[in-house]
Amino acid sequence: MNTPAQLKYTKTDEWFDSASGGMGLTDYAQSQLSDIVFIEILVDVGDQVEAGKPIASVESVKASAEIFAAANGKVTAVNRGLSDKPETLNSDPYGEGWMVKVENGTVGESMDSAAYVKYCEERTH
Amino acid sequence: MTFIPISPTERDAMLSTIGVKHLDELFDSIPKKHRFPKLDLPPALAEMEASALLSDIAQANENVHEHLISFLGAGAYNHYIPSVVDHILRRGEFYTAYTPYQPEISQGTLQSIFEYQSLMTNLTGMEVSNASHYDGATAAAEAVNLAYAQFRGKRTKLIVSPTVHPQYRAVIRTYTEGMDLQVAGDDPNTNLEAGPEGLSGLLDQNTMLVMVQYPDFFGRIFDFSKLIDAAHKSGALVCVVANPTALILLKTPGEMGADIVVGEAQPFGIPLWYGGPYLGYFTTKKSFVHKMAGRLVGETVDSHGQRAYVLTLTAREQHIKRERATSNICTNQGLLALAAAVYMSSLGKIGLQEVADLCYQKAHYAADQLSKLKGYELCFDQPFFHEFALCCPKPVSEINAHLLEHGILGGYDLSNDYPTLKDRMLIAVTEMNTKEDIDALVEMLAEA
Amino acid sequence: MNDATPNPKIIEPTIFELSSPGRKGVSMPASDVPEQPMPEKSLLRDDLPLPELAEVDVVRHYMRLSKFNYGVDDGFYPLGSCTMKYNPKINEDTCRLYGYLYTHPLQPIETVQGNLALMYELQEWLKEISGFAAVTLQPAAGAHGEFTGVLIMHAYHKSRKDAKRTKMLIPDAAHGTNPASVGMLGMTIQQIPSDARGNVDLAALKAACDETVVGMMLTNPNTLGLFDENIEQVVKIVHDCGGLMYGDGANLNALLGIVKPGDLGFDIMHFNLHKTFSVPHGGGGPGSGPVGVNSALAEFLPTPLVGMLESGNDDKPPLYGFIEPKKSIGRMKAFHGHFGGGLVRAYTYIAMHGADGLKDIAQYAVLNANYLLARLRATYHVPYDRICMHEFVAEGQFAGSDVRALDIAKRLMDYNFHPPTNYFPLIVHEALMIEPTETENKNTLDAFADALIKIADEAKSQPDLLHDAPKTTRFGRMDEVKAARELVLCCWLPEDYGD
Repeated sequence: MNTPAQLKYTKTDEWFDSASGGMGLTDYAQSQLSDIVFIEILVDVGDQVEAGKPIASVESVKASAEIFAAANGKVTAVNRGLSDKPETLNSDPYGEGWMVKVENGTVGESMDSAAYVKYCEERTH
Repeated sequence: MTFIPISPTERDAMLSTIGVKHLDELFDSIPKKHRFPKLDLPPALAEMEASALLSDIAQANENVHEHLISFLGAGAYNHYIPSVVDHILRRGEFYTAYTPYQPEISQGTLQSIFEYQSLMTNLTGMEVSNASHYDGATAAAEAVNLAYAQFRGKRTKLIVSPTVHPQYRAVIRTYTEGMDLQVAGDDPNTNLEAGPEGLSGLLDQNTMLVMVQYPDFFGRIFDFSKLIDAAHKSGALVCVVANPTALILLKTPGEMGADIVVGEAQPFGIPLWYGGPYLGYFTTKKSFVHKMAGRLVGETVDSHGQRAYVLTLTAREQHIKRERATSNICTNQGLLALAAAVYMSSLGKIGLQEVADLCYQKAHYAADQLSKLKGYELCFDQPFFHEFALCCPKPVSEINAHLLEHGILGGYDLSNDYPTLKDRMLIAVTEMNTKEDIDALVEMLAEA
Repeated sequence: MNDATPNPKIIEPTIFELSSPGRKGVSMPASDVPEQPMPEKSLLRDDLPLPELAEVDVVRHYMRLSKFNYGVDDGFYPLGSCTMKYNPKINEDTCRLYGYLYTHPLQPIETVQGNLALMYELQEWLKEISGFAAVTLQPAAGAHGEFTGVLIMHAYHKSRKDAKRTKMLIPDAAHGTNPASVGMLGMTIQQIPSDARGNVDLAALKAACDETVVGMMLTNPNTLGLFDENIEQVVKIVHDCGGLMYGDGANLNALLGIVKPGDLGFDIMHFNLHKTFSVPHGGGGPGSGPVGVNSALAEFLPTPLVGMLESGNDDKPPLYGFIEPKKSIGRMKAFHGHFGGGLVRAYTYIAMHGADGLKDIAQYAVLNANYLLARLRATYHVPYDRICMHEFVAEGQFAGSDVRALDIAKRLMDYNFHPPTNYFPLIVHEALMIEPTETENKNTLDAFADALIKIADEAKSQPDLLHDAPKTTRFGRMDEVKAARELVLCCWLPEDYGD
């Protein structure tokens, strides 16, 4: 399980990068969902997002999930290209799989990498 | 009559394995004062008696096969059903199977639905069809759900032509109760002479969907290309409710640019059955497939490298997405989708064209003869397919009572739904009506 | 089109691939009217890309396809929550009697008194069986009935100007259609957990109940196959906060002649005629989902209902027709429900059973389920283990083995059984939900139990046998990712290939 140290993580399995303002779903989440076949991003550039409120909806072969904002902030970019290649969320969740970028984002309730690893391990066992 | 294959001895052996003495002991968790109520039902019948009873009840009806010559349509049509359709439907492997959740042992259902989807997209000129909805009315309501989901509730205006089937409009009103929509156009008192362009004036940036019917409820054929262009310019989607028999002959809604084409496929191999079960078909563009409700069959391969079919994109549906699903729909009309597929295949391209041609020819012959009668005329000048509105010299109910005395089931009384259309009768003619039937209708109307 | 597939082996060509231009199937008679002018060409379609086959081609194609299917007529189908009972053959004949088959839904009521009498009587019978005051036959399926019920609950609160009620209580074991039906009305959902015995957790229910509750949607017996031991308390708690009690009738087969849901205090319930009353499932429909309500809710039912307009006497039968409930939620579908394929079959079935016959159905459905449970509980862990109703839920996993419920389900096909429902309800790990129904004999149940016990052995000794199952069926496991990623959703005529 990949959990880059510079990111913050939510209990609902999203990440936030305060450096770039990007957010998306975690490696753990993509492996639980398995093959993702659809993503719909629910916000547009200029929208104000609020930590804990839905920003996207994803569907895999067997499951569906809502993705919540990991931070508060104003949306500056939306990764629309994901709709054509939803499998990117499986292959590169922290890179090309970013969903939304915000400016001056303030992270909501979150964990650091070590705490998130522990949190995931607890759920697996 | 019982269908329980367990003898008293076997029952007792089973009870002893369970560790109880009597069947009643299995129900101790049920509140005692309500346990084992007496049911006041008629005594049980043997199969022979049930057969006789159901036959007696059926004979209390006058049907359009043995008793009545029918000119009634208005959303349900009397067509010939080739024998082969029911022979296939009666295969126990088809009709006693469940939804094909186990594809290894459900390829019969899956491939036949895949073929049904293909037949419907080719008929409507669209890219994707689902595995079907309950009926034409609920399919139309699901088109509203699709549009609402597509715009994520950000557009909330729905334009419905007043010449969409009145019952379909009623179902849409019921379905959208929780959406807080602004509904425009759905007014039976508006100018019904107007063509579809009249609806363009209602379009705005809040419009999510425009719904029209083809041919419309009065049987009229309009080309919706301009309306669709205008709707697309304001960012709205367009749904066309289309009669499948008419589509055999007419320009497809797909060619006009429609986003969603739905309708009632009862005319394709499904009996009148006093209104149901019928078959709602639903076709759309590939880009809307994730917002489309209902089951969907896709092609794949199995572990032996064989071409095979599965239910796909199931994560859209209620059993996974629950309250976030576009619709709560669970069943489709599987067996009737099979009926429609067998109907289309067994008639084939040539047979279907013959059906459509006969409907067109006979309806136009009837219209021609009826409009020559004193006091009668066609209400509209537009081209029509197999159904048309006839303006009569007196109330339709009076005329129909007279017709019924002579074994003719007259057309639909349009004043039931449109207060301004007094003395207007909607007449449907299909391949089932002979020239003799039509001439009899003309003769009866002349003396009515 | 479909480039990504390296020539999969074709077992049965599609109806499109079987087509040959110019081939004729069923033909129509020649026109007997003078030729009429056609509409202008711009209104017509250019081509009709549909298959061209002879009748024999069509029959053989669908016969071959039918052999790739497995129905109740083929064998045991213990699909939990679906009530896959035997469908009596007489139903297939009665529903095709000409009087039903060839009546138009808009005929004058005087000409369809048989149909209306049948519908009226079926409404009365369903009322008697369930303990409700009024029944609509209009809903097309169970989920459609649920949506009807939720609309009625919404209309009831609205009519009392109680606009703050927007929260529906739904147990964690509920069918997905429950929250989805509620979602269609934009209500919120609060999930209520189950307690250790598989009942609704009363403390959690009490905590959730407040003045915003629309009602509760409860399946009883629930999806664990257990009758809620505190049902009367559950109903009272919901009623005390002003909520309505909705019963999901999916599991009514266990209650026929055993208890009337209306007597327990339920306010609304849908029936699944395709489960309880033997309407065949048809490979996924059509179903039929009538809804019963208590007297306070009757005026909200969908329009129209069938009523007796004039009572009869010795000389003259009653006159049946349609009535509009005063505060109706409106129409749920066109016309009058799934009359021919649904109502006539269910009517035939109930007529053949009578009161005692219906009670037998429930008793033997429960007997069969408990017998299988007794035979299997030593081999498969049953997390909520007490006397069950018509079904039970076991875990399809074993300590120290990587075999999952899915593998067990697939392996059952090698023993010629349809698998149980798996992965539902969500509150049991690797769930195997087994509903034998009353129409199976002891030999079948024993053979099924033997197979499951043998599979449990195989799971330990030869797990790959299960991972690779099924081995003996015509088709193996499917590549579902490919289906979802490539999305090939329709086929083409041969001449269109390679475009």
